[in-house]
Amino acid sequence: MTAIFKREFKAYFSTPIGYIVLAVYFFFLGLLFSVSYSYGDPDITAVISGVTLISAFATPVLTMRLISEDRRQKVDQVLITSPVSLTGIVLGKFFAALSVFALGFAPTVIFRAIIGAYVQVSITAYLYALFGMILLGAALISIGMFISSLTESPVISAILSIAVNMVVIYMTNFSQMTNNTFFASLFEKMAFIDKYVSFTENIFSIPDVVYFLSIAAAFVFLTVRSMEKKRWS
Amino acid sequence: MIEVNGLSKSYGTHRAVNDVSFNISKGEVVGFLGPNGAGKSTIMNILTGYISLSEGEVKIDGFDILENPENAKRRIGYLPEIPPLYVDMTVREYLYFIYDLKKVKFPKAPHIAEIMQLVGLEDVAGRLIKNLSKGYRQRVGFAQALVGNPDVLILDEPTVGLDPKQIIEIRNLISKLGTNHTIILSSHILSEIQAVCERVIIINKGNIVADDTLENLSRELSKDSKLVLSAICDGEKTLEAIKAVEGVEQADMSIEEDTTVNFVIKPIEDADIRANISKTVTNLGGTILSFKVEAMTLEQIFLSLTEEVIEEEYEEEIIEENEEIIEEEEAQEDDSDI
Repeated sequence: MTAIFKREFKAYFSTPIGYIVLAVYFFFLGLLFSVSYSYGDPDITAVISGVTLISAFATPVLTMRLISEDRRQKVDQVLITSPVSLTGIVLGKFFAALSVFALGFAPTVIFRAIIGAYVQVSITAYLYALFGMILLGAALISIGMFISSLTESPVISAILSIAVNMVVIYMTNFSQMTNNTFFASLFEKMAFIDKYVSFTENIFSIPDVVYFLSIAAAFVFLTVRSMEKKRWS
Repeated sequence: MIEVNGLSKSYGTHRAVNDVSFNISKGEVVGFLGPNGAGKSTIMNILTGYISLSEGEVKIDGFDILENPENAKRRIGYLPEIPPLYVDMTVREYLYFIYDLKKVKFPKAPHIAEIMQLVGLEDVAGRLIKNLSKGYRQRVGFAQALVGNPDVLILDEPTVGLDPKQIIEIRNLISKLGTNHTIILSSHILSEIQAVCERVIIINKGNIVADDTLENLSRELSKDSKLVLSAICDGEKTLEAIKAVEGVEQADMSIEEDTTVNFVIKPIEDADIRANISKTVTNLGGTILSFKVEAMTLEQIFLSLTEEVIEEEYEEEIIEENEEIIEEEEAQEDDSDI
């Protein structure tokens, strides 16, 4: 698993993909921070939660070629025939993408230090917001990775992932379109954006942590099954 | 070392591999031979655990590939048909990655350096794989299979796309490795199999049609060997004399141009009749122009074994078609009756 993690992580930076994703996060985080700073009310949690929409587009870029490219180039043969379990392969790739994603939030450490120099704000508020965003990223990445395992084309994988991400993040909006109270509350309860809210309010909400972790685990599992299925078909 | 029992693989209704069984003991070099689409690569992919099997069992050094995959895979080095390379890595980076992936215990840098020296990759160690030529990529694929020094090497068409000089190099390398590895090699280049393998498994349409040592295979077919003699002589008289020679089972002749006569002589099994034939012809005043033994080459063995099946099926198809035509005709007759 570590071998695959190391290779995939490095691979992000041997192609422009890693740099582009980092640049996008750095730019928008910086933009949001400077805007909130200029209003005289610097709020680090708002800066972090402000890039949720960016994540809907950025994580598919990280995951689009994660599984599909290997199969296209036939490199999966060397991975699958090596003494590593499929779960190990998938987890290695998953954590590589998640690490690049988390690295995108590196500037917030500096922003937090700048704010901390002026006002007393609790450190947990910042850490929870960051932790919640990484959990949300983990869920999006696992979904993207699963979609990547279904197709051999990175482009199709990326487009599909973006569409799915938009739905799972902003599902709340669907609740207004339906009169059925069951579906309305289901959409509201399941939307990633709503699950993330508690983390921005300086609350470490265990159910929401479990929610994101189980989504991530479920799609990692599905990715393994999808690769397994290719072997058995 | 490798045990395969009743191995079958189906893709939907298509049966790619059909009830294949063989055993390969330690240190053997075995050639897989078969036309394109015969199932060679499928069998290799199953042996290495890349794809699953539908029925049967595969054991590598006693470890079942499905039940104990990690132990089985640890013993195999696999070079697939298309070398599985990360083209955005340098050769050294890639081999280091494979080293980590296979959890090899040898000291890293010397082990990889040794392999690179063995397959001739030292000059390109620092270059990106995507900038390498096909021959070098093939070598990187080969090097990848050797990482960790596995006991079993499975090589799917290792010399495809190489130039003649590289082919000889790789062949020599396989022969060298064959002294202390168990090797399965697939190819449709027959001379290659002849050059490096002791034993040949011929596969056609997912079935094993022959599994024997090269010697036995050629001996088996040398039963059909013939002597071809061309001479300037009196045809009829000489033919009679040849037929009378001890050890001759059958002899035919054909007259070419005016004076040259060709004889095709089939000896009784294992009898060496060359000297007697030669004497007989010269005693009758003939002059021998050429005299050769026509034994079947591996190429002919291969064609004869794989063609039989094709012909049989073709005949079946014709019979089926004929039946259909007859049925149709009958149907038409019925119509006209009405």
